[in-house]
Amino acid sequence: MTKIENGNSSHGNDVDEEFLSFVLGDESYALDIMSVKEIRGYETVTKIANAPAFVKGVLNLRGDIVPIVDLRMKFDIGQATYDEFTIVIMLSVNDRIVGVVVDAVSDVVKFSAQQILPPPEFGVSFNTRFLRGLATIENKMIILVNIAALIGSDELGLMDLNTTAGQE
Amino acid sequence: MSVEMSQFHQVFFEEAQEHLQLLEQLLMALDIAQPDTEDLNSIFRAAHSIKGGSGIFGFTALADVTHIMENLLDKARKGEFSLSIQVVDVLLSTTDTLGEILNSYRSELAIDWLKVTQAQTILNVCLVDPVGDLSASDDGGLTPLPVVEPDALEGFGLFSEERVSSMKGSAQDDFGLFTAEPTLAVDPGFGLFNEPQLQSPQGGQSISPPGSAELASQPKAGAGLTKKVGNSAGDSTLRVETTKIDSLINLSGELVITQSMLALIGAEVPGELGERLQSALLELERNTREVQDAVMSVRMLPVSSVFNRFPRLVRNLAGKLNKKVELIVEGGATEIDKGMIERLVDPLTHLVRNSLDHGIETAQQRMAMGKTESGTLLLKAEQKGGSIVISISDDGAGLNRDRILTKARENGIMTEQSPADEDVWPLIFSPGFSTAAEVTDVSGRGVGMDVVRRNIEALGGHIVIESQAGVGSTFRIQLPLTLAIVDGMCVAVGEQVFVLPLVHIVESIQPSLDQLKTLSNQRLIKVRGEYLPLLDLYQLMALEPININPDQGIVVLIETSKHRFGLCVDALVGQQQVVIKSLERHYRRVSGVSGATIMGDGSVALILDAESLALQVKHLDGVTI
Repeated sequence: MTKIENGNSSHGNDVDEEFLSFVLGDESYALDIMSVKEIRGYETVTKIANAPAFVKGVLNLRGDIVPIVDLRMKFDIGQATYDEFTIVIMLSVNDRIVGVVVDAVSDVVKFSAQQILPPPEFGVSFNTRFLRGLATIENKMIILVNIAALIGSDELGLMDLNTTAGQE
Repeated sequence: MSVEMSQFHQVFFEEAQEHLQLLEQLLMALDIAQPDTEDLNSIFRAAHSIKGGSGIFGFTALADVTHIMENLLDKARKGEFSLSIQVVDVLLSTTDTLGEILNSYRSELAIDWLKVTQAQTILNVCLVDPVGDLSASDDGGLTPLPVVEPDALEGFGLFSEERVSSMKGSAQDDFGLFTAEPTLAVDPGFGLFNEPQLQSPQGGQSISPPGSAELASQPKAGAGLTKKVGNSAGDSTLRVETTKIDSLINLSGELVITQSMLALIGAEVPGELGERLQSALLELERNTREVQDAVMSVRMLPVSSVFNRFPRLVRNLAGKLNKKVELIVEGGATEIDKGMIERLVDPLTHLVRNSLDHGIETAQQRMAMGKTESGTLLLKAEQKGGSIVISISDDGAGLNRDRILTKARENGIMTEQSPADEDVWPLIFSPGFSTAAEVTDVSGRGVGMDVVRRNIEALGGHIVIESQAGVGSTFRIQLPLTLAIVDGMCVAVGEQVFVLPLVHIVESIQPSLDQLKTLSNQRLIKVRGEYLPLLDLYQLMALEPININPDQGIVVLIETSKHRFGLCVDALVGQQQVVIKSLERHYRRVSGVSGATIMGDGSVALILDAESLALQVKHLDGVTI
């Protein structure tokens, strides 16, 4: 229903972008749906030594060894509990696959550029450089995450920054 | 038709490339004072084959140059022309020019005709005056082609026609003429080119512009090459695209995973059916392993395909640096993964250049030190267990310890007062590190050694330096046999399973309490009178173990290139061949871990890197002693 509503309210010339909205603790977030590879339930991972706590480990995604990051732990939102409802969003960013653990996946939403407001300087757990902006649906605020910037950042430490250029 | 032709072009390019390489090798190996007739014949054949092929496809530039080259070589092999170092040099540089022309044709770039003319001219000057001053010959092809003594042509039937046309200096004539040459006696593979010529004799005589030559010879080319390809398949070799082989290797890797999944399930089937299943599964395991070995061996090539380029490089560099160097190559037949060969070229080239530039001294310096006038560079490959060791040794000056340390302190990367030699040498792998007093044409910019190490580590290898002042230095590169599969022992710590490469495991023991000692916080294990340091895998991997005390668990004795140590684990799970998957593909390098693999149940297990675990031991040594 939200989808239709937003689809109709687009303002003419610019194209709507689609986002996948998800829940961390009490807050609603959304990320560019084009970077989503698949959504699956949480399963046991293989731990990696000396990795930060929010890097849960790696798992086998059809032959690829993929790291799993718990955004709730990274940004200290909500409780990092794992049950049958815990969701992993598999993202494909810059030819790399990363899984992020979230509390729930809500919906696919469309926003036009006019609907996206600039991000606030404070008040969100994310550093503003990882934010696209804010949008509202039915008076509920959704924080749009620039997931490519977040995954590629040294803050998550998911890649060796100096060697990535030399890899296939 | 055009698709077909481009296919044949591809075959020609590959073959021409091989012929050029052969040409270079043979020229390098040629004993100038007393050339072996068989060698000269082979050189001639290589040049001739290139000429023939390029003629067919209308690659005029190639045909023109090789034609004169062939004339010269033909005379040389008949003993009418004595080769000198200068001539061999000219021939080598012509080979280079041919390589460039070939590349231009291959990538469909414009041909540098000036170069072509120059190459022709220099060759012609050689023919006239084998020892003369070659530098005076850059006058643009005005030197007339020499007249060949008639007796050189005896028994060659149509060959005399060529003389006439060569004297006219008309390059296009080469097209028709090559078909007329009696190659049957020389090269059995090449003899096939004669057949189409017999079917269409007009090709042999009446071709004037290159364009029409190309058109006229196209159908013949098709016929000739089809036969040639068919023939080479009969000779039991087959050209296959590497991507096809790679997908075969990937598939066989997946097969191994599926097979071990089946083995796990099969173990749970009870009763007589279970037994039958077990024996079938055992059969499957053996077959899978054989398939995998066979597929892997397809990718294996002899190291000589890298080594072969070095005689030329050494010769050129030695000339440039005015040093006398003898290159010895050993173990060229050692086989190594093709993917590695390609990625070894740059690091090896760099190391060889370095040895020549910095290692080996000039003849005067060597004489003064009481060494032989000419330095020796040894390039050696050998298989040691599950790895390939390539070493580059020179008997030169050795690394300069003081200069390295001074430089390191300047760059602020070494602060210890008197570090051990083995701590000093790796410093040269730091980025931007060059101890060459001045930057030369050959090396000294300091960009190379860190790249060398990175390249080798990217291949899963290690590089070790041994050096002694005044005696020489050795760079030893240790590489895994293949990039894709490792024989491993699965060990468990807590709930997690790790894979230890079998090559590093000496033995596994369940230690008794009296074997365990402690020396100032470093735990040791006594095995057959030898004390070895002990590491806990649960500590290294930050896990919760089941057994904290080693006497309740298992100690795996590990040997790396430099160290022996014991690794405490909870249990041994079993031996298994695993397919190496990259952790860095989607994540990053993890210290102590060389990669990951997928186990039979679909879970991920990390593959331990014994060499980097050994560094932990070294670190502990430094603390305790």
